[in-house]
Amino acid sequence: MTTVRYTKEHEWVRMEGDIATVGITDHAQEALGDVVFVELPEAGREVEEGEACAVVESVKAASDVYSPLAGTIVEPNQAIVDDPAMVNREATSGAWFFKLKLANASDFDGLMDEAGYNAFLETL
Amino acid sequence: MTEEALKTTPLDALNRELGGKMVPFAGYSMPVQYPAGVLTEHLHCRQHAALFDVSHMGQASIHGPGSAAALERLVPGDMQGLPAMRQKYTLLTMEHGGIMDDLMVANLGDDHLFLVVNASRKDIDLAHIAANLPAGLTLERHDDRALLALQGPAAITIMAALAPEAAALPFMGVARITLAGAACLASRSGYTGEDGFEISIPSDRAEDVARLLLAQPGVMPAGLGARDSLRLEAGLCLYGNDIDETTNPVEAALMWTIPKRRRAEANFIGAAPILAALAAGPARKRVGILPEGRAPARGHTPIVDDSGTTLGEITSGGFGPTLNGPCAMGYVRTDLAANGTALSLMVRGKPLPARVTATPFVPHRYVR
Repeated sequence: MTTVRYTKEHEWVRMEGDIATVGITDHAQEALGDVVFVELPEAGREVEEGEACAVVESVKAASDVYSPLAGTIVEPNQAIVDDPAMVNREATSGAWFFKLKLANASDFDGLMDEAGYNAFLETL
Repeated sequence: MTEEALKTTPLDALNRELGGKMVPFAGYSMPVQYPAGVLTEHLHCRQHAALFDVSHMGQASIHGPGSAAALERLVPGDMQGLPAMRQKYTLLTMEHGGIMDDLMVANLGDDHLFLVVNASRKDIDLAHIAANLPAGLTLERHDDRALLALQGPAAITIMAALAPEAAALPFMGVARITLAGAACLASRSGYTGEDGFEISIPSDRAEDVARLLLAQPGVMPAGLGARDSLRLEAGLCLYGNDIDETTNPVEAALMWTIPKRRRAEANFIGAAPILAALAAGPARKRVGILPEGRAPARGHTPIVDDSGTTLGEITSGGFGPTLNGPCAMGYVRTDLAANGTALSLMVRGKPLPARVTATPFVPHRYVR
């Protein structure tokens, strides 16, 4: 069984074993507009919770993507570097940003569930 | 500033009905994009036609005998030589040689000049003009007028069907036309590098005219986002980014707006420092810059040499949808301003290779 959780920075995190896959939410891709450039962290990089480690740029602006939790990057998604528009087309599926081996797998439980994220969106 | 405190254009209701994503800009609530998005709106403008609400811009008239000669005290362009029903791009210059604003001036005949200035500068500009007009001349603000821009290769066909006298205009020609029964002033000009028209309309008729134009084949509404990426590809300056009170026309590469007679007469505000800068050669120059990778370099990105020494900064930069890559402009030391010069741009702490490149990045397609 897989579970998806969310951050207030509009990232989604899906756990499979001890690997978290991280992407940006539909709300985020919609707010950004047409994505034209993505920069991702290299495999092996250690990141802190909340550390800016990727960049997503639309025609108009650049935005940071933060690591939702502490851990080690195990794989960046080269597909979205080669085709940034994928982020608009399939933000919550194929256009994941990176896979992260969590420093503490239990940290995942501290993130918002879908109901919590939807309630957070209502407050914006 | 809350959205409630922002001014709205006469097309506000229509912009919202069209799904415009409204953002604050120069004190106005303006559509940055419509549902199609910046990329699609940009490409549509280059391929067909796009309609922009630019009613936030300042429109005004100078009336009275000798209005062209009087305006020449404030701008370095050839106003007295401007034929009736033609317009010109010029600058409001300052005593120290800086640029107060860039603007369009049309000669409507009978000692009537029609001005379009930037939204963010209109109060400053119009106060400055009013304070400097000799007795007998009056400045009239047109806060009761909207401004639409119909831009793109399909614009001419559309205008030919609706207002043949506009379609007959040369580049920078001006005509009084009727659209949707409204008396409008159209110029063959724009801010996209494409052929097109800017149309001044009484505010209470603006929505009818906009709806008429949007109903024509190939017309898509486009917002400020596409307007910015289009003008950047066209190499056109944005006041407040690429030119401002601290830049003079020499370093801004705008000396083409100051003809020989005006240089010889040297009787416009700021003539002495501007002509001195021209004679001495500017220390820095505005140039086009193409990053060599895919990463856009935004405004205020430092421009550096191999040793990391700062040479200047990017003033406008982003992604060019037609170019399908990043493009920018900025100021560099004059010895590094030649086309082809290799530079580095410090993007997120990393030097990215770039080259000084002639503008426009996408060829202009003005009618000639």
